[in-house]
Amino acid sequence: MSKLVIIGNGISGVTVARHVRKLSDMNILIISAETEHFFSRTALMYVFMGHMKFEHTKPYEDHFWQKNRIDLKQGQITDINTDEKILTLASGEHIDYSQLVLATGSQSNKFGWPGQDLPGVQTLFSYQDLELMENNSKYAKRAVMVGGGLIGVEMAEMLISRGIQVTFLVREDRFWGNILPHGEAELVQKHAEHHGIDFRFETELKEITADVDGRVNAIITNTGEEIACGFVGLSVGVHPNIELAAKSNIAVGRGILVNDFLETNIPGVYAAGDCAEIEVVDGRNRIEPLWYTGKMQGETLAKTIAGKRTQYERGVWFNSAKFFDVEYQTYGFVSNEPVDGIESFYWQHAEQNICIRITYQHETQIVTGINTFGIRMRHNIWQNWLANNCTLKYVLQNLRDANFDPEFYRRYEKDIIAAFNQQHPNNQLTLSPLQWLSKRFTKEHTYA
Amino acid sequence: MHNQNLAWIAPVRKSGLVMLVIGFFVFVGMLFLNQYKLTEQVLSSSINHSTHRQLIQPHLTQLMNTTVTNKFSFIEGIRNTFNHYNETVYQRYHLSSTDIESILTQVNTMGYYDLNILTAVFNTQDDYAAYKTKKLSDYTGWLAGQQGKNLAEISQVINEKAVEINANVLAEKRIDNYAIGQYIYALVKSSSSGIVSKNTAAFFLFSVVLATIGALMYIIPEKFSGPAGIKNNNVFKNSATNGGLIGMLVMTFLVLVYIALYFFPEYIVEWVSLVDPLFKALNGNGASAWSIYGFIYTLAIVVMGIRMFIKYRHSNYHIARTGSIIFFQSCFAFLLPEILIKLNQPSTDLKNMWPLDYDFFDAWNLDSLSSSGDIGMFMLVWGITLFVLGVPIFTYFFGKRWYCSWVCGCGGLAETAGDPYRHLSNKSVNAWRLERVVIHSVLILCIIMTATALYTYFTGVKTIAGIDTYSLRSGYGFFIGALFSGVIGTGFYPKLGNRVWCRFGCPLAAYIGLIQRYKSRFRITTNGSQCISCGNCSTYCEMGIDVRSYAQRGEDIVRASCVGCGVCSSVCPRGVLKLENGTTAAVIDHSKKDEIVNIVQIISAEEGRAKMN
Repeated sequence: MSKLVIIGNGISGVTVARHVRKLSDMNILIISAETEHFFSRTALMYVFMGHMKFEHTKPYEDHFWQKNRIDLKQGQITDINTDEKILTLASGEHIDYSQLVLATGSQSNKFGWPGQDLPGVQTLFSYQDLELMENNSKYAKRAVMVGGGLIGVEMAEMLISRGIQVTFLVREDRFWGNILPHGEAELVQKHAEHHGIDFRFETELKEITADVDGRVNAIITNTGEEIACGFVGLSVGVHPNIELAAKSNIAVGRGILVNDFLETNIPGVYAAGDCAEIEVVDGRNRIEPLWYTGKMQGETLAKTIAGKRTQYERGVWFNSAKFFDVEYQTYGFVSNEPVDGIESFYWQHAEQNICIRITYQHETQIVTGINTFGIRMRHNIWQNWLANNCTLKYVLQNLRDANFDPEFYRRYEKDIIAAFNQQHPNNQLTLSPLQWLSKRFTKEHTYA
Repeated sequence: MHNQNLAWIAPVRKSGLVMLVIGFFVFVGMLFLNQYKLTEQVLSSSINHSTHRQLIQPHLTQLMNTTVTNKFSFIEGIRNTFNHYNETVYQRYHLSSTDIESILTQVNTMGYYDLNILTAVFNTQDDYAAYKTKKLSDYTGWLAGQQGKNLAEISQVINEKAVEINANVLAEKRIDNYAIGQYIYALVKSSSSGIVSKNTAAFFLFSVVLATIGALMYIIPEKFSGPAGIKNNNVFKNSATNGGLIGMLVMTFLVLVYIALYFFPEYIVEWVSLVDPLFKALNGNGASAWSIYGFIYTLAIVVMGIRMFIKYRHSNYHIARTGSIIFFQSCFAFLLPEILIKLNQPSTDLKNMWPLDYDFFDAWNLDSLSSSGDIGMFMLVWGITLFVLGVPIFTYFFGKRWYCSWVCGCGGLAETAGDPYRHLSNKSVNAWRLERVVIHSVLILCIIMTATALYTYFTGVKTIAGIDTYSLRSGYGFFIGALFSGVIGTGFYPKLGNRVWCRFGCPLAAYIGLIQRYKSRFRITTNGSQCISCGNCSTYCEMGIDVRSYAQRGEDIVRASCVGCGVCSSVCPRGVLKLENGTTAAVIDHSKKDEIVNIVQIISAEEGRAKMN
C-alpha cells in the first residue's frame, strides 16, 4: 500500500495528514523531532503566561491519531534519499515512503551578532524555546527585545506578565514599520507603552555582553548605548528550515522550491508551509510563514497527494494578530508606505485604541485593502468585497454588514462615515439603513 | 512609566485580601463561640407539637439546665436522645408478655377481667403505664366485668388485642425523622447563647461586612491597574484557580457548608441569627438556614458580579448579562419571595420554573397556589406558561443563553462566583458523552417523578406499579436536588469547574438545550478560516465544549450545552468567534466538515453589479 510520510507535525504537515485521511486510505506517518503530538505554536505564549497548560494547546486529543490511523513518530531525520525513497533517522532507523511531504517550518533569524548564543539570549519558535524561556526569564529583571515584529511583541507581553521590564529595539522609525503605516504603528506603540514597554526606534543591536559567569548582562546598541539586562529576545524574523532538504537532491533556494502545486523538483516529494518557497514566473518568489497559509497549503496539497492534482491559490489575503489588548485584522493589501495611484482613508477613535484604514485605487475607487484595529470584521464579507472589486463608497455605506464585534458593543460606522465626509466634503455618503442579520439571508433586497 | 501613580494598588489589594481572610475566619469561628443550655422555655418554644414535647421531655432531663460549650457534643446529646427514644419506644410502650402475664395472674385471682386490674398492674406514674392502660381500656373495655369467661378465653382475647395494640405503638409514639431534624435545629437555635448572640451586629460587621469590603478592595483596584482586556495571567499557576491546594481547601469548605445546610442545619444556627433581623424586616417571620444561604448566595453574585464588571469592562456583552444576573437574583430570587411571605402570599421565585423547580407540581405547592386566590392562580399559570411557551419562544430567538447566563440563579452563581473556575471543566469527548447520558437521564427522571406526583395528586392513589410516588419525589430531592445540584454542583467548583450542575444535571438545561440544538437561531459564528487553534476558547469554555474543534474547521458552533456566556469570543486572540441570532437555515451542515462554510451569502449577482456604482 502506498505510504505517505510527512516530516514536521506543525499546522501544514498535520493538515496534509488529516485531509489525505479524508480522501484516501493510504498509510500516513508524521515524523517530528519537536514534540510527540501536534500543538498550536501560536499558543506557546499563553502557556508561559499561565492562561493555559501545554495540553490545552493540542488541538486534538491524543487518541485522535490512532483513531484516524495517522502514525506518529518522534525523531530527527538526518538523511533523505530520494532515489531509493528512504529516510534515515538519527537513531539509524530507515523509513521508506512512496510520497514525501516536507513541512519542516521555519527557523528564527540571527544575524551574527557578537554574543548571540550566550545563555539568556534566545528566540521563540519551538516548544524547546518555550522551555528555555522559562529558565532564562527566571532571574531576569530587565529584558531587551530585538526586532519589532509579531513574535517580538508576544515575547514582550510574556516577559511583562512576569514583571520583567522590557526595552524594545526597533530598526525602523516605528513599530512593525515594514507592515504598518504610521497611524496604526503609533497606535500600537502607545498601547504597548501603556503596558510598560520602552521603545528605542531606529536603533539596532550591535553586541551582547556577558558577565563573569558567561550569562548575558547587557547589550550595546549601534548608538553606543549600553542597556543592562538579564534576558535578550531575538525576533528579527524567520527563514525556512531547509537544512534537511539542502543535503538531498531536492532543489532549494531561500526555501524548498516548489511550483504552484507545491511540488518540488523530485516527483512524489512536496513541501508546504513555512519551509516552502513558491516559484513565481514574473516577480519575487513567495514564502508565506503564516498559520493560515500553512493550513491552506496543507489542504490543497492533500488533494494532490490523494490523486486530484490541485493548484494552490491563496485567495484574498488576510492576516490577524493581537498586540497586548488590541486586535488587528487585515484584508487585501495595505501598504506601509504611500503608493502611487492608491489613496487611503484613515479613521481613528479619539481616545480608544480603535482605527481603520481602507485603501483604494484613486482612478476606479476600487477598494484594495483594510487594516482594522479594535473592530472585528467579518471575513467572508471582506473577501467578497475585495474579490468583487467593490468601491469605497459601497464599502463605507455598507460597513455595518462587515462588523463582527460582539453584541452590545459600541458601533463606529456613523463616526467613520462622518469622518470620511469631513475629509471629502464633495462626497456626502450616508450609511445604508441597518440590516437585521436575518434580512441578509434573503437575496431579494438591493442596495439603493 | 505607569508605576508611580499606581503604587497604591498592591497594598490596597493586599489589605483587602487580609480583610477577606479575617472576615472568613470570624464567620467560621463564630460557629464555635456560643454556649448551649436547654431550658423549659427552649423546649416549649422549639417543639410546638405538644405530644412530641411531652414524649421527649422526660428523656432530656439529663441535658436540661446544664451549659455546654462544645456544640458537637451538645447536638450529639440531643440527637442521641431522640434516636434512643425512637429505638426504645417500642420496648417501653408495647404490652410485653410480662405485662400480660401479670394481668392474667390478677384475672386468675379475681375470677374475671376488670379494668381495675390495669391500674394495679400498671402502677407507675409515667406515660407508658398511662398509654398501656388507655389502650387496653379502649380495646378490651367490653370484656370488663363479664362473668363466666374462663381464663383461657380471657387470655386469648387479651393476647389478640395486645398484638393489635402493639402494632400501632410505633405509628403513635415514634417521632419521625423529619420532625426530629426540625426539633434539633430549633432546640439548638434557641438554646444558643453567649458572645455571638450578645453581639450579633458586631459579628455581622466583622465577618460578612468585613469580608465584603475586603473582597471589593481586592477586586476594584484591578480597574486602575492597566488597560482593559483579557487578563488570565497565572490562572493555571495559582493554586486557588488551578485545582491546587487553596482550591481544594475552598472545595472542602463549600462541601461541608452544603452538607450542613441540607442535612445538619443545627450546626450553623449562629449564621442564621446574623440575618434574623434582616429577614424579620423583610418577611415578618425571621430567618431560616435557607435565608442565610440565600443572603450569602446573593451577596456572592453581587460582589463577584462587580468583579465581572471590572474584569470585562471592555465588553458590553458581559456587562449587560452580569447586570441582568444581578437584577434577577437580587429582586426575583431574593427579595420578592420574602416580600410575598410578608404579604401572606405563597412565596415563589417567579423566574424559576419546572423542571429545575422540581417540586412545582408537588401537592403542597399546587394546594398552596390554588388556595391563594388570584395571585396564586397567576403564579400557577405563569409557572406553566414559562416552560411551555416561554422556553421554546425565547430559545428559538436568542438561544439557551436567555435563561442560563442571563436569568437563572444557578447560572448566575456560576457566571460570577464561579468565573475563576470556568477553565477547570473537562473538555474531552468522553466527558461530552457522559454529559449527554446523564443530563437527559435526569430530565426523564424528573418528568416521570412529576407525572407520578400529579397522578397521586389527582387520583389520590399513592403507588404506581408498586412504587410509592412519594419515595420517588424524596429520592429525587435527595440525590438530584441536594447532592447533585448543591454538594457536587457548587461544592466542587474548584475541582470540576463552575457548571457541573448545569452541564451534567440540570433538567431545565437539558430541555432548553434540545431546543437550542434543533430549533434555534442562536449559534456561535466562526469568522472564515481565521482560527489559529490556540485553544483559549476551549480552555475557557465552562461547559467543556471543545470550541476550537469547530472553529479550526471554519464551522459554526451549535451545541445543546452552550449557555452563550460569550467568553470564548472574548478570549479569542484573533476575534474569530461571535455569538449571533441568525436563522435556523444557517445551522451548519455537518456533512460539509472541513470546508469553510460561508454562512452569510450577501452578494447575489445583481448586487455584485450594483456595487460598482
